[in-house]
Amino acid sequence: MAGAAQYSDERAREIIAAHMGLEGPALPILHALQAEFGYVPDSAVKEMATALNISRAEMHGVVTFYHDFHSAPHGRHTLKICRAESCQSMGAEKQANDFLARQKLEWHQTTPDGSLTVEPVYCLGLCAHSPAALYDGEPIGQVDAATLDEIVAEAKGE
Amino acid sequence: MTKIYIPLDMAAVAMGADRLAAAVAKEAAARGQQVEIVRNGSRGMLWLEPLIEVETPAGRVGYGPAKVKDVASLFDAGFLTGGAHALSIGVVEEHPWMKRQNRVTFVRCGVIDPLSVADYEAHDGFKGLKRAFEIGSAAIIEEVAKSGLRGRGGAGFPTGIKWKTVADCAPGQKYVVVNADEGDSGTFADRMIMEGDPLSLIEGMAICGYAIGASKGYVYLRSEYPVVAKVFQAAIEKARDAGWLGQNIKGSGFDFDVELRIGAGAYVCGEETSLLESLEGKRGIVRAKPPLPAHVGLFGKPTVVNNVLSMATVPMILEKGAKHYADLGVGRSRGTMPLQIAGNVKFGGLFETDFGIPLGTIVNDIAGGTRTGRPVKAVQVGGPLGAYVPVSLFDLPFDYEAFAAKDSLIGHGGLVVFDDTIDMLWMARFGMEFCSIESCGKCTPCRIGSTRGVETIDKIRNGQDVEKNIELLKDLCHTMKFGSLCALGGFAPYPVESALRHFPEDFRKSALEAAE
Repeated sequence: MAGAAQYSDERAREIIAAHMGLEGPALPILHALQAEFGYVPDSAVKEMATALNISRAEMHGVVTFYHDFHSAPHGRHTLKICRAESCQSMGAEKQANDFLARQKLEWHQTTPDGSLTVEPVYCLGLCAHSPAALYDGEPIGQVDAATLDEIVAEAKGE
Repeated sequence: MTKIYIPLDMAAVAMGADRLAAAVAKEAAARGQQVEIVRNGSRGMLWLEPLIEVETPAGRVGYGPAKVKDVASLFDAGFLTGGAHALSIGVVEEHPWMKRQNRVTFVRCGVIDPLSVADYEAHDGFKGLKRAFEIGSAAIIEEVAKSGLRGRGGAGFPTGIKWKTVADCAPGQKYVVVNADEGDSGTFADRMIMEGDPLSLIEGMAICGYAIGASKGYVYLRSEYPVVAKVFQAAIEKARDAGWLGQNIKGSGFDFDVELRIGAGAYVCGEETSLLESLEGKRGIVRAKPPLPAHVGLFGKPTVVNNVLSMATVPMILEKGAKHYADLGVGRSRGTMPLQIAGNVKFGGLFETDFGIPLGTIVNDIAGGTRTGRPVKAVQVGGPLGAYVPVSLFDLPFDYEAFAAKDSLIGHGGLVVFDDTIDMLWMARFGMEFCSIESCGKCTPCRIGSTRGVETIDKIRNGQDVEKNIELLKDLCHTMKFGSLCALGGFAPYPVESALRHFPEDFRKSALEAAE
């Protein structure tokens, strides 16, 4: 994500403390940490385990269960390409594979300049406009090869 | 002042609605025209998105799909007074696709400003909750039970029974949980309601809370829907500001509040017990049932877990009475089904109709056939764990029991249409692969079965002992179906078995190629 803050244990503790009034605060905290730092550092997981009074192993188990949370920084931008059935009915699988080949990337990888991470996603609910994608949270319907290439150019240009 | 409607719906936004709204505002200002732009939900005619509607004395006139480049010509054509233009579809309510529907759950979707409490109330909003306060818990539950309302997540469990079970538990902390983890491909009805008529969901939750004695409700929304999160959070705040959530709602003495929680990209969290685990802050691992969530649910307390659509339909049932709803539909499938028409179709969108409409009518007539113009080969009904239905079964009426009798399911009412270029062996492999990626890992049939399923299909693809491996695949499917803890492993065989049953030739292509 663009403009992620530098990690500090102190800031992580502040974020965790701000959510401790919630029932079952783990997911809201993880989302908040990732929004702030762009990823969920191991140190933050340790801080969470302390705050929630559970073992580090258990906290690690939670973080790694969910596809959304990642333990290392991603690219500055994220492109999620849908591979679910509806998008496949409109040729999404081939389109995505061709795109990844053009960019010399595999799923979950980041461009060498750190500008863009490409992730698969399984349905964006845009199934009447398949194939679909999500670029930094912005939905895009009826995606074609040209649009995907424009996104790479835009991500690199920033 | 002319009122213009441009949807804020994620599908409309994906087709440029935000840019379109900005361009219309700019063009109106440049021309000195007084306009008010309302960001409504979608009418469900998704192939027309973004659909601009202009309020005129004759009704709301629609123009779509409208792009930024069309804005100047729309103004030139006098669209503010309903002027003729190539994109005009006439009065939206009169559009044939619209007129054929029976909009019950979606009656306000696309019509009202989703973030205006006043607009919601002007369209019968909160009448159901008001009546609920008058008639009390037992009568509410009886009304819901009599309506025949069933869960819309796939299993079709009667909503009234669920509510009664929780209401009958000893007083104390109870919860209302809405499952908005709509992860199935080809489904977007929950998303559309939460964007287009979010207050109906909030009202349904309050009615449920009042009936079962809960003061707190959670909506668990998937993270893949960022637009919904924004709209729904805003709707919660509007409801609270207007006194429809919070302490002593409208002087009833009833306290109730709703909190939105965002998931983190795990499909299995759409299963109700893993959803509860996830809400509690744990790995989203399925719980063995019993105990049912109605007895031991969120944080160990009695909990109603309902799908978005069931909950959003409740206010109407309370407002108009159980009979009004029960009179719709066929057999044990009462009410209406919001069909989500997707994939390779000309007219994709949301079409709400009574149960019982034949599948072929939906695909060939309502959806207009394929977008690519090629013949239809299969329709996957009910999401990624739903069966592939061939054209030969197109006379199947759309209801729970008829589909079940053909080893298929209607699930959430999503339909994904495929043309004849699709390779069913590949889709079967994808079904297994999806299950292996998304398995929570707790039970062996799902965790190992799906991985072995991918390997076995790959052997079939490579032409290796094809018949033997097909038998093995069938055996694996059987084990997964009857040995898995939840519907992820239990239903993953549906796409695979249906592909095998209806499209056997796709599994033997490699053997044929080798023989030639």
